[in-house]
Amino acid sequence: MSALPTSVRFAFAALTTLIAAPAFAASGEMAVNPLAALAYLAAGVLFILALRGLSSPESSRAGNRFGMIGMAIAVVTTLLTHEIASIWEILIAIAIGGSIGFVIARRIAMTDMPQLVAGFHSLVGMAAVLVAAAAYVNPGAFGITDAAGILLPVSRVEMGLGAAIGAITFSGSVIAFLKLNGNMSGAPILLPARHVLNLGTLAAILGLIGYFYFVPSPVTDTPWLFWTITGLAFAIGFLLIIPIGGADMPVVVSMLNSYSGWAAAAMGFTLGNTAMIITGALVGSSGAILSYIMCRAMNRSFISVIAGGFGTASGSGEKGEKIDRPWKAGSAEDAAFLMKQAETIIIIPGYGMAVAQAQHVLREMGDLLKEEGVSVKYAIHPVAGRMPGHMNVLLAEANVPYDEVFELEDINSEFSQADVAFIIGANDVVNPAAKTDQSSPIYGMPVFDVDKAKTVFFIKRSMGGVGYAGVDNEVFYNDNTMMLLSDAKKMVEEINKNLG
Amino acid sequence: MDFISILSIFVMACFVGYYVVWSVTPALHTPLMAVTNAISSVIIVGALIAAAAGGVVGGETAKWLGLIGIVLASVNIFGGFAVTERMLAMYKKKERK
Repeated sequence: MSALPTSVRFAFAALTTLIAAPAFAASGEMAVNPLAALAYLAAGVLFILALRGLSSPESSRAGNRFGMIGMAIAVVTTLLTHEIASIWEILIAIAIGGSIGFVIARRIAMTDMPQLVAGFHSLVGMAAVLVAAAAYVNPGAFGITDAAGILLPVSRVEMGLGAAIGAITFSGSVIAFLKLNGNMSGAPILLPARHVLNLGTLAAILGLIGYFYFVPSPVTDTPWLFWTITGLAFAIGFLLIIPIGGADMPVVVSMLNSYSGWAAAAMGFTLGNTAMIITGALVGSSGAILSYIMCRAMNRSFISVIAGGFGTASGSGEKGEKIDRPWKAGSAEDAAFLMKQAETIIIIPGYGMAVAQAQHVLREMGDLLKEEGVSVKYAIHPVAGRMPGHMNVLLAEANVPYDEVFELEDINSEFSQADVAFIIGANDVVNPAAKTDQSSPIYGMPVFDVDKAKTVFFIKRSMGGVGYAGVDNEVFYNDNTMMLLSDAKKMVEEINKNLG
Repeated sequence: MDFISILSIFVMACFVGYYVVWSVTPALHTPLMAVTNAISSVIIVGALIAAAAGGVVGGETAKWLGLIGIVLASVNIFGGFAVTERMLAMYKKKERK
């Protein structure tokens, strides 16, 4: 770990002293303390810079530091501007959570990132529920009561929304975590009349939040109300995610990312805290954009993903005919020989590569080929992994330089000049049916034009299995395709032996 | 702060978020999710306020809710930033030859 740039450290020190000096004088009056407000604003701006840094790998590390500094400012400002009954309890809580988080972050395998992110989302959701509940039982501490000590109506709507979105994020993310982690089958679970049930529950939540606004004194008149809203929201989060199949999980994870942001924003309204509002808006937009990108990459509408049930019955009608079609088998020697002769090779990795843990041997193959003077490029489809950008991380972990890795639209025109397209663990993203067969469930999805390459090597476990969408792939039977039937890792190891 | 000022900040931040996120390179979408996860845990501010208070009616319950909230948010803050750092350190340019 390199040290922080001195200028950043200096700025941080200056800022914290600036806040610390007047804070003790005006304790307990967070909302009117202009320096505290300024500090929260600074934290919000630093969070914007954290995301801005991700526009390129060079600036990304500095961006992450900005995020950390922003968080430190937000936490320190809050502690300095409030009278604290017991600082030790708070510090212990931070230490417990912090060390758990740190250990998890160190140990997690990169293939398990989607589960980790889903798990983290559930924690943000639960934290939002807890904060909303705390504000409900002790509104005085948050400065959201009128002169008579009754919860302000606007704050009720904000905390109701915060608790509801937080609860949906929590239970939805728990289901997403269990599905991604394999504790629960990825197959959609379809309840009868689920659309009516879901829409009814959502309507009930919104109706109750409206009622919450108009009750004269919610704590004494309708003590059940807040908890009912929260309980229903926990249920709806669960109901919304169980019918969604494993293939759509990238969209779900992005969507829950978005929800966790909106939950934070809602609580930011309750507290009148700019850092929370800016962050909530950033995270909310981020998740929404990622969901959109994922849907576009699968040519599916957001509504159809949310409605669920994808991957249950598609393509099963024609299973009989494909078995008999002729296809060419290749061996590791053939592949090694042809690739040595090639000038350009484009590798298309899919999630199957990650399952087989073949990314390291694949990078070795790339290195061996580069030594032979072959140009090697990697082509990544937006839905190649189990979450947005997942495949890029897996290749980066295997030491593949990021300037050899290309996105779909940047590389698709190059297949016609490529000597070899090397497909490893991918299937649906190279299926030409997406361009030609209107009846196919993947029709309209943008795919790689691998069939335009001179030779196609297709590593696959067996001819029987089909991709997530459950459709057959024309590429298997093309004259210029050689099927390399084996475990991905073993096959690449064999090829490497023949290259060496 | 009055509701309209807060709403203005929120709406502007949504636009900033929209443009900033579209400028993120797709190769870094996983770190983007990890870091948004970490920063959305700024909700810890609310948990700290709840945990710091005490004494009044409901204060004790709120304090414990706040403390649990701090633990959960801290897992996310430390975990989120650390895992992002770990991932970003892996992205390297071609250096051989």
